[in-house]
Amino acid sequence: MSEEEKNESEQGLLWEVFVQSKPGIPHKHAGSVHAHDAEMALKAARDVYTRRKEGVSLWVVPTNMIHATTEEEAESFFDPADDKAYRHPTFYTIPEGVKYL
Amino acid sequence: MTKEEALYEYLIRLGDNALILGQRLGEWCGAAHQLESDIAMTNVALDLVGQARMLLTEAGEVEGKGRSEDDLAFHRNEFEFRNNLLVEMANGDFGQTITRQFFFDCFYFHFLQALKSSKSEFLQAFAMKSIKEVTYHRELSTDFMIRLGDGTEESHEKMQYAVNLLWEYTGELFEKTEADEILIAEGIVPDLTQIKSLWEQDVMAVLEKATLLIPDNKGYMASGSRKGHHSEYLGYILAEMQYLPRMMPDAKW
Repeated sequence: MSEEEKNESEQGLLWEVFVQSKPGIPHKHAGSVHAHDAEMALKAARDVYTRRKEGVSLWVVPTNMIHATTEEEAESFFDPADDKAYRHPTFYTIPEGVKYL
Repeated sequence: MTKEEALYEYLIRLGDNALILGQRLGEWCGAAHQLESDIAMTNVALDLVGQARMLLTEAGEVEGKGRSEDDLAFHRNEFEFRNNLLVEMANGDFGQTITRQFFFDCFYFHFLQALKSSKSEFLQAFAMKSIKEVTYHRELSTDFMIRLGDGTEESHEKMQYAVNLLWEYTGELFEKTEADEILIAEGIVPDLTQIKSLWEQDVMAVLEKATLLIPDNKGYMASGSRKGHHSEYLGYILAEMQYLPRMMPDAKW
């Protein structure tokens, strides 16, 4: 079974939806939709996730194209950052007028 | 017929189309084959009901008898409604709903494009606002037409059935009355004959992509709504839509 087939159900492929709420800031994961192709996925995403003015731009990505870390990897991937507080830029004062930091 | 009477008739015609199609699409709420389509159909329904509110409010003002949008929506009977037969047709399966929507969207899109240059301030503003909504509606129904028509054997069969079923209700979209003649002369509304050729180009191109054929019904087209003659469906739609406000006339939300 190919990757594409695994992602397909009777309702179509599964797509992850990313919504940008304002120009210039990152697209944020909002959820997922079913659709048979990218064009329809964008329309479904528009109808499901931006009906209350949540967005100005949309991305859709086939769910099976996303590679994720596993729970078993979590310890080695993320725990080493626990005791490295010096990596936080909290010792700096943020200049006035800087947005989205 | 005075200019005001003509304008009232025209506003009612537009308002009723939006209202009845909106009510029909609302029937999909919680009933479509997937959440995505359910929300898509009800989004379109809400756009249309919003348009109906503007149109019927304006109609009430033009009429000058103090009737509100609610009076016009909930306290008229079938023969006073002027919506096209097409929009009151049953939802049927999703393919029938999409085909009905596609035929209507293509008409409405070109109609509103032309209405943007209306000499009526209200209709011009209405067209400017609504065209954005209807542009999306038309893209959505066109996408579905092509994908379902040129899809599986089963989806193709269902779409061809829907086209055969609904084709005879499309001619009526372009029928003109005395109100049309008066308002066209004043530059207030577009000539539906011109909209018809734009509609035909649009529809033919999409049906071809969707591998669907126009039924050969020897040019027969159903007619009647301009005079208030409707199909059996409208009474049931109104019964459901008007039940509450008629049972409880003082109900407010």
